[in-house]
Amino acid sequence: MARKLLLEHAQVEGIHTYDVYRKNGGYKAVEKALKSMSPEDVVEEVKKSGLRGRGGAGFPTGMKWSFIAKPEGVPRHLLCNADESEPGTFKDRYLMEKIPHLLIEGMIVSSYALGCNSSYIYIRGEYMYVLQILERAIAEAYANGWLGKNIQGSGYDLDLHVSPGAGAYICGEETALIESLEGKRGNPRMKPPFPAVQGLWARPTVVNNVETIAAVVPIVNEGGDSYAAIGVGKSTGTKLISASGNINKPGVYEIELGVSVEEFIYSDQYCGGMKNGKRIKACVPGGSSVPILPHYLITKTAAGESRLMTYESLADGGFASGSMLGSGGFIVYDEDQCIVRNTWNFSRFYHHESCGQCSPCREGTGWMEKVLHRLEYGHGKMEDIDLLWDIQRQIEGNTICPLGDAAAWPVAAAIRHFREEFEWHVNEPKRCLETNYGLVKEKTFESVNA
Amino acid sequence: MTENQEIQFPEHLLKEVGRIISQFPEGKQKSALIRVLHIAQAHFGYLSTPVMDYVARLLHILPIEVYEVATFYSMYDTQPVGRVKLEVCRTGPCMIEGAETIVSYIEKKLGIKDGETTSDGIFTLKTVECLGACGYAPMLQAGEKFHEHLTEEKVDQLIEMYRNKPVANYMGLENNG
Ligand SMILES: Cc1cc2nc3c(=O)[nH]c(=O)nc-3n(C[C@H](O)[C@H](O)[C@H](O)COP(=O)(O)O)c2cc1C
Ligand code: SF4
Ligand code: FES
Repeated sequence: MARKLLLEHAQVEGIHTYDVYRKNGGYKAVEKALKSMSPEDVVEEVKKSGLRGRGGAGFPTGMKWSFIAKPEGVPRHLLCNADESEPGTFKDRYLMEKIPHLLIEGMIVSSYALGCNSSYIYIRGEYMYVLQILERAIAEAYANGWLGKNIQGSGYDLDLHVSPGAGAYICGEETALIESLEGKRGNPRMKPPFPAVQGLWARPTVVNNVETIAAVVPIVNEGGDSYAAIGVGKSTGTKLISASGNINKPGVYEIELGVSVEEFIYSDQYCGGMKNGKRIKACVPGGSSVPILPHYLITKTAAGESRLMTYESLADGGFASGSMLGSGGFIVYDEDQCIVRNTWNFSRFYHHESCGQCSPCREGTGWMEKVLHRLEYGHGKMEDIDLLWDIQRQIEGNTICPLGDAAAWPVAAAIRHFREEFEWHVNEPKRCLETNYGLVKEKTFESVNA
Repeated sequence: MTENQEIQFPEHLLKEVGRIISQFPEGKQKSALIRVLHIAQAHFGYLSTPVMDYVARLLHILPIEVYEVATFYSMYDTQPVGRVKLEVCRTGPCMIEGAETIVSYIEKKLGIKDGETTSDGIFTLKTVECLGACGYAPMLQAGEKFHEHLTEEKVDQLIEMYRNKPVANYMGLENNG
């Protein structure tokens, strides 16, 4: 039976309330950290755990924490990134709605480790009802002495507040989030300076995803080594996966990293297989920004090995034949879905969400959307496919923030793996509006040439 | 709401604004802006220029600082909208589970297109990007409430319900606009 570290008590009646959470072992990590550990000890355990950021990039959390600048007399801040807007991702909402106190407990322990006395949870504006759940839970935590001055007599003070966005995917990018929390437009900042040196109000700041912060609770409770014992290689611990698309059981699943993709899609414990007995056509395993995989590269790598739900295995083959774990937004497409349409849909998303600061991103995303629209509606030309390839290449790596790359990669991967389906849209403009291309032919990947 | 002096939060909302400002350090009250604009929109219906100017005065910032923000974020309306906004997610995972059918159904039923408001001023239809409910697709948001696993029957029920019932917009605050 797979171990659950975050969602173990998610189904317990009333777990969103303080009393029930506490009865189920809640706030023990705070007790342990404040009574018997120094802030450095907590950072050390997080390093040992091998925990990697769950927001998408997978950067080691302990290392990130050790970068925070500590100038004398300047307050530092921990910001929780609850912006969750990457298409395909809905795990943070689930966690906050079901077990708000787990995030609060994680915020207390993590803030203690970083030496912060005032921390914020930045939540997307559309989750206003979740903000309300969090504020109720925070009020309970204050009332029971887990927040505020001199927490549980330890001498440690912490204030925790929640602040909403108002509809902007870009505010999930950490510097845009900081701008937004300062009451401004969400335009990403140039780096350096990095937030660890100059973040919120020019103070040293760490931004971490909801799930990352929640994972610190079991790490403190059971020790970093015990956390690191779960998983494979550098993919340690458990991960929340948001499963959507044409599967029997969409929803949020906590997996032990290392479970096979095959098991994740087909076992009843997780997605329960394809809906309506259809064949699988494609999968986007880590949120809309990561490369799409064609049917023959989902459960196996190009080398024929079983693909696992880990950072490394999902990326096996690089961009030529692999993808990424990303935010864990696992989207499954059956044989009736159109790749051109889906790529156009995602391009429209990135165009809509570009903050407009850099011309390659602002113009490029709009151009890709237009060309893809043309192809999808049967007005495309063969050259359009190469044009798309050129546009995405000119965006990638030429922008202030990674949204540009995030917009480019899905287009590149769609053309790389599904070129024949794009060509079919050009050659059979009428048929493409009525039927769908079906599965693509398998290709072989002799060398990794991204 | 044309006269400037009518634009004024009632006492309980002024208290809420004060509570929000107090969550930030002295001099950093601008951080309260995004949330205060949510309250203003829920209370006044939309963010007219006089409403934005009022918010600027409340937070001791320049009106332009408010306009910049109000026009950047997709949840804010700077033009009048219906009492109930039906925001249907149109992004990939919802699309492949039938979001487009739901949008056309609402368009036909209410006789409006994406972005339009019914002539009785009750409903505005808007397609939006991923709302973090992809596994429960197709879905729409009305006020702060998520309605998931939509079917045509469910849409019928929702429209009937909201026709006569106010929608909760900001932490239960009802839209008076
Ligand atoms: C366009 C864009 C959107 C992002 N959206 C989110 C998000 O919604 N939630 C999140 O946790 N991280 C998001 N990130 C990643 C954050 O910038 C940051 O890396 C992350 O919050 C760090 O936390 P972690 O190390 O715990 O993963 C986004 C990045 C980019 C470039
Ligand atoms: S890459 Fe796009 S979203 Fe990022 S800063 Fe540039 S224009 Fe804005
Ligand atoms: S795609 Fe519709 S909620 Fe995510």
